[in-house]
Amino acid sequence: MKFAKKLMALSLAAVMAGSCLTACGDSSKADGGKSGDENTIVIGGSGPLTGGAAQYGVAVKNAAQLAVDEINEAGGVNGVKFKLVFEDDEADPGDKAINAYNQLKDKGLQVMLGTVTTGSCLAVIDQTKKDNIFQITPSASAQDVIKNDNAFQVCFTDPNQGKASADYIAENNIAKKIAVIYDNSDAYSSGIFNTFKSEAKEKGLDIVAEQSFTKDSKTDFSAQISAAKSAEAELLFLPIYYQEASLILAQCKSADFSPKFFGCDGLDGILSVDNFDKSLAEGVMLLTPFAADASDDATQKFVKAYKEKYKDETPNQFAADAYDGVKIIAKLVEKESIKGNMSNSEICDKLKKAITDGFTYDGLTGQGMTWSAEGAVSKNPKAVVIKDGNYSAL
Amino acid sequence: MKKKINPMTRKSFVTYGMLLIVFIAVEIMLNTGNISSMLQGLLVPICVYAILAVSLNLTVGILGELSLGQAGFMCIGAYSSAIFSNLVKDSITQPFIRFPIAIIIGGLCAALFGIIIGIPVLRLRGDYLAIVTLAFGEIIKNVFAALYIGYDSAGLHISLKSQGDLGLGADGKMMINGALGISGTPNDSTFEIAAAILFITLIIAYNFVNSRTGRAVMSIRDNRIAAESVGINITKYKLITFGLTAFLAGVAGVLYSHNFYSLQASKFDYNMSILVLVFVVLGGIGSIRGSVIAAAVLTMLPEFLRSVNKYRMLMYAVVLIVMMICTSNETIRNFFVRNFEKLKGLIIKNKSKTVKEAE
Repeated sequence: MKFAKKLMALSLAAVMAGSCLTACGDSSKADGGKSGDENTIVIGGSGPLTGGAAQYGVAVKNAAQLAVDEINEAGGVNGVKFKLVFEDDEADPGDKAINAYNQLKDKGLQVMLGTVTTGSCLAVIDQTKKDNIFQITPSASAQDVIKNDNAFQVCFTDPNQGKASADYIAENNIAKKIAVIYDNSDAYSSGIFNTFKSEAKEKGLDIVAEQSFTKDSKTDFSAQISAAKSAEAELLFLPIYYQEASLILAQCKSADFSPKFFGCDGLDGILSVDNFDKSLAEGVMLLTPFAADASDDATQKFVKAYKEKYKDETPNQFAADAYDGVKIIAKLVEKESIKGNMSNSEICDKLKKAITDGFTYDGLTGQGMTWSAEGAVSKNPKAVVIKDGNYSAL
Repeated sequence: MKKKINPMTRKSFVTYGMLLIVFIAVEIMLNTGNISSMLQGLLVPICVYAILAVSLNLTVGILGELSLGQAGFMCIGAYSSAIFSNLVKDSITQPFIRFPIAIIIGGLCAALFGIIIGIPVLRLRGDYLAIVTLAFGEIIKNVFAALYIGYDSAGLHISLKSQGDLGLGADGKMMINGALGISGTPNDSTFEIAAAILFITLIIAYNFVNSRTGRAVMSIRDNRIAAESVGINITKYKLITFGLTAFLAGVAGVLYSHNFYSLQASKFDYNMSILVLVFVVLGGIGSIRGSVIAAAVLTMLPEFLRSVNKYRMLMYAVVLIVMMICTSNETIRNFFVRNFEKLKGLIIKNKSKTVKEAE
C-alpha cells in the first residue's frame, strides 16, 4: 500500500515535471523559428478557441487555414508562401489577449489577422501599433478597434451596422415603433445600439422601449419582452449574439408576442444552435455580409471547400470574413511584392500604404470593398431573411 | 553566544531573498535580451496577481473571513487611477510624479469602498462577508460597464444609459465609453515598479502579521469569544485587515490598468475573484510566500500549456487538481518532506565527513 502511494506520488511529480519540460522545449523552438525566411510570411491569428465564443474563433481559424492552403497550393504569391499560426485568447479583454499576441510574436508573426472579438482586439491594438505590425481584423467591429493607422477591418464597424440597420428599416418602411433589447455589458452590442438610436431619431423611427441585459443575466428575458410588448412595438431590434437571440425568440413565443425581428451580423449562426426550433426564426431579418446559400460562384466554391475540409460544417460569416482577410493580405503582398525577410515595420508601412491607395477587393463578404485611411471598410450591407430554415437574400 | 533570529523574521527574509534572486535573474534576462515576448508580457501581470493573492491572504488566512470581491476592489483601483492618469496626462508628463499619485488614488478609493461595505458586514458572524463581497464585485463591474463619462468645455458629463445621452459638445472627449471601457491610459507600469510594489506589499504583509494588530487579528480568527473577553475590539481589527486588503487590491488594479492601453470592466468578473482565491488556497491559506509562488506558477501555466492547443484548459484544470492534492494530502506531503530530510541528512553527513577528513 505504502509503495503504491509512493509510486503514485512519483508518477504525478513526473507528469508535472514532464509538462514543464515540454512547455519549455516548445518555447525555445518558437524562438528558433523566428528567422526571416525570404519565401515565407507568417500570418498570426488570435481568437477564442475555447470558452463561450469558441465558435467564432474556430470558424476564423479554419477559414484562414483554408485560404492559406489554397494560396500555397497555387504556388504562393510571387513565390512567397504563407504560414498561419493561431493562438487562443479566450475572448479575454485583458492580459490573456496580450499573452496570445506575445506568443504569436514569439512564433514569428509578421502580419496580424485578428483578433476575432472586439474586447480582445481593443486590448491588442496598441501593442500592434507599438510594434508597427499590420493588423486586419476579420470580425472585431467596434469603431475604436481601428483608431490606429495600422489597423483595418474586413467587417462593418458597429456604428455603421447600427446606422445601416436604422436606414434599412426606415427606407423599406418595415416598422415605426421599435423596441430594442441589447447587452449593455458588451462592447459590440452597445456600440450598435448607440448609433442605431441616434440614426433612428433622425429617420423618424420611434424607439418605444430600450431594454438591456448584462452578460451575467442572459437566460431570462421575460421582463424585457413584456416591456416591449406593453409598449406595443412592431419590431424588435436585436443587436446581440445569436445564443441570447435564440432564447429571446423562444421566450417571445411563449409570451405570445410576435413582432418582426431584426438583427445584425451577430445573429448569424442562429440556425445552428443546438435544440433550437428553427421555425421560431422564420421571418427574422438580419444584416449580414455573407449567406452560405448564396448562389454566386465564389460563395459556393468556398462553402464546398470548407465543408470538405471540416466535416460538413457550414461556414458562417466569421469564416467568410477571415477567408477574405487572408486573401486581402495575399493580394496586397502581391501588389507590393513583399518578401518574408523584410522587417515587420517595413511590411506594415507598405501594406498600409497599399490598402488605402486605390485598392479594391471583390470577396465573399462584399463586392468592390475599399478602405479609407481610418481603416473602416466600405461595402454595401446585405440584408437576409430566414425563410424555410435557411438564409435567403431580401 | 549566537543571537537567535525570530523564526518569523527568518521566514520573511527568506521570501525577500527569493524574490530578489528572481528579480535579478529576470533583469539579467531582460537586459541581455534572452526572454521571449510572452514571458516579458507576463511579468507585470504576475506581480499584479501576486499582490492580489497576498492581500487576499490577509483576509482569508489571517483574519479567517472569506472574501469574493477582490476583483471589485481591483476594478475600483484600476478605473479611478486610469481616470486620474487620463485627466492629467497632458499636464503632468513626468510618469515618476504621475504614477505614484495614481497608485495612492487607486489604493485609497478601493480602501474607502472596502471600509464602507466592511462596516455593516464585518459586525456579523458567518459567511456574510463572502456573499456581500461577491455581490459588491458584480455591482461594481456592471456599474463601470454601463458608465459613460465625457468632458468638454462645459465640464464633465456622466450618463448611465448611452453615449448619445451624454450630450457632449463638439470639442468633447469620451473618457469612459461604457462597455468599451477606457483607452489611452499611459503605460506607466513597468516590471521594476511592479516588482518594487510587490516587495513593499510583502513587507507590509509580514510586518502586519507580526505586529500587535496582526496578533489581535489572528486571535479573532482562532477564538472570537476569547479575543473579545480580553478586550479586543473585533470590528475594528476586522475593518483594519479588510481595509488593508482592499487597499492593496486597489494598488494591484492600478498596476493592471497602467500596464495595458485599454481597460474594460468585463475583465473584473467573479472568475477573477475566484482565481485569486485559488492562488491563496493553493499557496496555502495563511502562507504569504505560498501565495506569491502560486500566483506566479498559475499565471504562467496556461501560457506554457499552449503547446497542447485545445486541450490547454483541460490540462490546466488537471494540473490544478493534481497540485491541490499534492499540496494538501498529508501522505504525499510527508513523502516529499521525508525525502527532503533524507537528502539534507545525506548532504550534511557528507559535509561532516569531508570536514573530519580535512582535520
